[in-house]
Amino acid sequence: MAELPNQQESLSLDTFVRGLWEENPVFVMLLGMCPVLAVTNTTVNAIAMGLATTFVLVCSSLLVSLLRNWIPKQVRIASYIVIIATFVTIVDYAIQAISLELYAALGAFIQLIVANCVILGRAEAYASKQRLHTTLINSLGMGAGFTLALLSLGTVREVLGSGTILGIPLFGADFQPWVVMILPPGGFFVLGAWLLLFNWLRLRKERRLQAAAAESAYAR
Amino acid sequence: MHAEPLSLIFLNAAVVNNFVLALFLGICPFLGVSAKKETAWNMGLATMFVMLVSSAAAYGINWVLGELQLEFLRLICYIAVIASAVQLVEMFVKRFSPALFRSLGIFLPLITTNCAILGLALFQTAKEYDFVQSLVYAVGAGTGFTLALMLMAGLREKLALARVPRVSEGAAMSLMLAGLLSLAFMGFAGLGGSHG
Amino acid sequence: MTIEQQIQTPAPSTPAWAMLRTLGGIAMLSGLLVVLVYQFTLPIIAENQRRMTEKAVFHVLDGAVAKRDFVLTAEDALVPAGEGAEGVHLYAGYDDDGALVGVAFPGAARGYQDVIQFLFGYDPACQCVIGSKVLKSTETPGLGDKISTDAEYLKNFEALDARLDATGTALANPIVPVKHGTKTQPWQVDAISGATITSNAMARAVNDAAQRVVPVLQRELALLSEPNRSEGR
Repeated sequence: MAELPNQQESLSLDTFVRGLWEENPVFVMLLGMCPVLAVTNTTVNAIAMGLATTFVLVCSSLLVSLLRNWIPKQVRIASYIVIIATFVTIVDYAIQAISLELYAALGAFIQLIVANCVILGRAEAYASKQRLHTTLINSLGMGAGFTLALLSLGTVREVLGSGTILGIPLFGADFQPWVVMILPPGGFFVLGAWLLLFNWLRLRKERRLQAAAAESAYAR
Repeated sequence: MHAEPLSLIFLNAAVVNNFVLALFLGICPFLGVSAKKETAWNMGLATMFVMLVSSAAAYGINWVLGELQLEFLRLICYIAVIASAVQLVEMFVKRFSPALFRSLGIFLPLITTNCAILGLALFQTAKEYDFVQSLVYAVGAGTGFTLALMLMAGLREKLALARVPRVSEGAAMSLMLAGLLSLAFMGFAGLGGSHG
Repeated sequence: MTIEQQIQTPAPSTPAWAMLRTLGGIAMLSGLLVVLVYQFTLPIIAENQRRMTEKAVFHVLDGAVAKRDFVLTAEDALVPAGEGAEGVHLYAGYDDDGALVGVAFPGAARGYQDVIQFLFGYDPACQCVIGSKVLKSTETPGLGDKISTDAEYLKNFEALDARLDATGTALANPIVPVKHGTKTQPWQVDAISGATITSNAMARAVNDAAQRVVPVLQRELALLSEPNRSEGR
């Protein structure tokens, strides 16, 4: 891990928005892919998973930030993991208390939030260096970005794979669902398609910039 | 689970419910470490070893926690044990094979956040496997992980020589390939269903 | 905790007691939090689970409004649940008047993807299976999951013959799956075409479970059909 200069970020809108778009944990940083692919076969699952992950992300980031001057460098990873596992256990019981059906649908992936690299990555790269309020906003942004990514996958897969959204049928009775989309391969395909779209947007922007630069050079 | 034959457990973990392609566990290393066959192989072996160690440890912990009725600490203990197991493997490899350590070095800490390992521990608990079944399950899962990694690495090595459109370079292409592999692995479903 | 000693390799710069203090503190904090949440959610989760089991039992036993739990031990003895006995859980369902409607029993078999878990309802009066519910399944959506949606197929389990033979220790006719459209006997299960492995698994699950459970149920009928009064659950 590269040593970043230990300067504290000042709070700005960018602290929040960055997680949504520029540094979107899923689409840009390609982190935490396992739950992204596994539980996005319906929109409801995607939202629940996104919220659960955001809760763990925000709580553990806050605690890490709070304790940042108190945790020796040598044991920081162990400390972070224990902190994260604590909050995941809490979420695990909370979801069981809210709805057992939801718990069954998400299965082991609730507990697997522990191994989500987004959370450990945030703790290590951001929360351990920044003050409490910037950490709060930044982790909220990251969580929102993660939820957004889950949602964009879940919606596409549910609409194509079962012809419903949030369980409400969208098409007539004649609709033949594209079942493969809610099966494992569909997860890979839809995420791949989203990445293709983002690549295309990025390339187009680059081309525009180049064209603009060339034009201004020509005009001179 | 009642007396499930060991061969079925192995097949189930390795191909039918392949950890990477059907259960989506361990996607990060699957995408990150599958560019070359050699590294993929090493990563696969290291993961399988950690899986074996942590599977055995998880069985022990689950028993102890069950006796003490402290099941709610299970997750915290599992992740702690996995982190320790990774550390042990790291020291072990460093001591006995410095060459392997150099080629594997950066991946080893990654195994800690490899959800396949934690997933294995959680699934074997949920399925109530006994000790031997757990170990077979771990070997099966490790085999399946290595298999998926090697297949992917083979494809990507060939792909490196091909001309692909710029827009589909990188992760997008890997995901599409993974989707095709996953589609192929769906053909293994039903292997254990015709009998027993 | 054992991790502390194993995970870190002490470096000279930080004194060991500082690291131990930190890890110990964090472990205690996390333990405290988890125990608090666990204690708080435990009754809610238990209530959820009870309601879910109840729903499943009333689903497979049409007309039941109350239930009593029993445990079938490894020695084939039937004892009321909650007395520390371990084994297969059975649920006897009772109607408004407290009369026995039937008994719900679990079954499991390996399907197309993984093990599928069921709950079946058995009616001692007609000696047949009268209901079914899939508790856990990872079968292919649109094909394998028809076992819980296909109305025609589910009719199989509304009056599935499970009579005992003369010795009273096994079914007179084992429940067997047959190819779609060839069902001729009440103990046959008409498989769904396109989901044969899954329907076969379901038939196997009900047969395996019934072969073991039904003889005991018939033997213990007196215990089961005691009118359900005070317990009210």
